[in-house]
Amino acid sequence: MAEYEIDLGNLMAFDPHHSFSSPPSSREELVKESLEQGTKLVQAVADTLFILPSTEDPDGPIVTLPPPTTRLPREKPLPKPKPPTRWELFAKKKGIQKHKKDKVAFDEQTGTWKRRHGYDRVNDDKDVPIIEAKMNDEPGEDPFAKRREEKKKRVDKQEKNRLHNLKQAAKSGALPSHIQLAATALPITGSQAAPKKVGKDELQNVAGMAASATASGGKFDKKLPGEKPTKHEKKYRKFLPAAEGSGMSSLEKQQTEKVLNKLISKNSHEILNVEKAVTMYNVKEEKKRRSQKGKSFSSSSKLKPNKKSFKKMPKKGSSNKGKSK
Amino acid sequence: MMRIKTPTKKRIKRELDKRAPKLIETGKKTLILHGTKTSNVLNAVLAEIYHLKRDNAIKYTKKNDNVRPFESGGETSLEFFSLKTDCSLFVLGTHSKKRPNNLVLGRTYDHHLYDLVEVGVENFKSTESFSYDKKLAPHIGSKPLFAFIGEGFESVEELKHLKEVLLDLFRGEVVKNLNLAGIDRVYLCTAVSPTKVFFTQCAIRLKKSGTTVPRIELVEVGPSMDFVVRRHRLPDEGVKKQAMKTAPESTKKKEKNVKGDVIEGKVGKIYIPDQKVGSVPLPNTAKGVKRERREAKMNNKAHEPAEKKHKEDSD
Repeated sequence: MAEYEIDLGNLMAFDPHHSFSSPPSSREELVKESLEQGTKLVQAVADTLFILPSTEDPDGPIVTLPPPTTRLPREKPLPKPKPPTRWELFAKKKGIQKHKKDKVAFDEQTGTWKRRHGYDRVNDDKDVPIIEAKMNDEPGEDPFAKRREEKKKRVDKQEKNRLHNLKQAAKSGALPSHIQLAATALPITGSQAAPKKVGKDELQNVAGMAASATASGGKFDKKLPGEKPTKHEKKYRKFLPAAEGSGMSSLEKQQTEKVLNKLISKNSHEILNVEKAVTMYNVKEEKKRRSQKGKSFSSSSKLKPNKKSFKKMPKKGSSNKGKSK
Repeated sequence: MMRIKTPTKKRIKRELDKRAPKLIETGKKTLILHGTKTSNVLNAVLAEIYHLKRDNAIKYTKKNDNVRPFESGGETSLEFFSLKTDCSLFVLGTHSKKRPNNLVLGRTYDHHLYDLVEVGVENFKSTESFSYDKKLAPHIGSKPLFAFIGEGFESVEELKHLKEVLLDLFRGEVVKNLNLAGIDRVYLCTAVSPTKVFFTQCAIRLKKSGTTVPRIELVEVGPSMDFVVRRHRLPDEGVKKQAMKTAPESTKKKEKNVKGDVIEGKVGKIYIPDQKVGSVPLPNTAKGVKRERREAKMNNKAHEPAEKKHKEDSD
C-alpha cells in the first residue's frame, strides 16, 4: 500500500490513494471493505503511536503527542496584548523590580506577626494612638483627620489611574472580559452647567399640553388617577355661529367687517387719521403757548419738574395709526 | 466620567473569563438544533451525535423557524445562539421535500458564520441496531482516531471541506499526553463516490501481538450513515486568514519551586502531604481474620481481656 498521511496530533490517518474501482455491489461489501481499509489505517497510526516514548502510569502507558499538523481555524480571535499600565511604565523607567511579599509581616508596634492585607493588618493607618506634633504643624489642625484625608486622596488617585489604565486597554482592544466601561453623567466643563432636571410642575404642564393636543381637545380621553384637570378646558379655536340672527349672532358680520377695514386701510393711500391729527396739532399749539407764557416766569420754571415727552412727535402727513402691526 | 462595571460575584467573573479569547484554545463546543421540520431519522441522528459529544455539546429541543444559514439574513439567530451558549460548531437538522434528512454542519469564528457544509443523511443505522460485545463499547469522552479513505477527500473540494469539518466536529480537546490504554474508538469515513461518504464509528480491540505494538481489530459499534454532499460555503478569504493565525511561540514557562543558590546550587522544596496516621487501613486488623483468634476460638480457651490487649499491642 502506498503512504498514508498520518497526523498524530489529531490521531488521524488518511489514505489518499485508495479508490473504489467499481461501485461496491452491496452494502455489506462496502462495509466490509471500509472496515478492512480502516483496520489498515488504524494499524498504521497505532504503529507510530506505540513507538513513542511512554511513561508508566497505573492506568496505562502515557505518551506525549506531537502537535497536530492539520491546521483548523480558531473559534475566537487572538487576544491582544495589554498595554503597560502607568505603574509598569514608571517601574521600567526607574528600574524597580517586583519582589514577592509574604502574607504575614512583623508589626513593630505590637511586636506580633500580622497579616499584610485585610482585617487587623500590619501598619494600619487607623491603629496609631498618638501622633507626635512636629515643629511645622499648625495648632488648630487635627492630625488624625489629616491622615484620613490623605488616605482618601491616595485611594482616589489610584482609582483615577486604574480608570486611565482600563481606558488605554479598551483603546487597544485588550479590555479584560469581565470589565465594562460605562459612561455616567455628562461632563461638567467650564461654563456648561450640568443639565437641569425637569421639575414636577413643568412635567405636568407638558403632559397636559400633550394630552389635549387631540382633535377634541382631550375631552374624551380617560384620565389617569392623580392627573389634574387641564387648565384650558375648551378648545382654543372658536367658530362663530354660521346662521345670521340679531344681537350676538351678527358676530360673524362684525368680524368680517373688522378684517376688511384693516385690509382697506392698509392698502389705502389716505393714511391720515384726520381727527387724530387735528387733536395732536391742537395739543402741540397749547404747549407752545404755555411755554411762551412760562418763559416770563423763568424763575419759577426751575421748580417745575422736567417734563420729558416720551411720545415721538408725529410728522404731518404720516402716521402709524393706519398701518397694521 | 466613566464608571468601571465589574461583576459582583467571583463566580460570574470566572465564567466570563472562560469565554474570553485565549492564546491556545481548548475544545470547541457544539450546538445541536433543528429547523422547521424534522423527520424521525433526523431526530435519531441528532440524538446520536449528542451522545457522542456528551461533554461539550448543547442540544436545543425547540423548532427554530427562522434559521436559514445559506440565506443572507437567516444566520442572525444562529449567531445569537452561538454567542449565548459559547458554541463555535453547530449541527442543524432540517427535513423538506427538496432536501430530505438534511444536516448542516457549520462553524463560527468570533460568533459570526465561518463556513457551512450541507449533507443529506441516508441509510442511517443507530447504535442500538448493532450487536457487539458490550465490553468493547467506547467510553464517553475518549479521544477518537480518524480514518479517511478515498482519493475523493483530496481531489473533490466539497469532500475536502467535509473532511475538515468532520475532524473539527469529533476531535474533542487537543491533548498533549495520551493514555494508550484509553484508545477505544475510531471514526471511519470512506469516499464512495465524489458525492457520497460512508461514515461509521468502530470500537478498537487491541490484540496481543509479538511486538510492543498490538494488533488492531475493528468492530462496528456506533451509528453508521451515508453523507450525500449537497451544498457548501467556504469561508471568506480575509476571515480565513485571521482565523488561521496561530498563537506566537510561547515564552519559556516559569519553573516553579526552583531557587538557585550560588553555594548550594539548584534548590527546591519538597512538600509532603500530612500523614494520616489514624485512618490508614492496617492489613490484619479485621476481626476474625487473625490466626491467633481463630485458633483460640477453635481451642476454646478463655482469654482474659488483659492478655488479648497484650497480644494486640505486640502487633
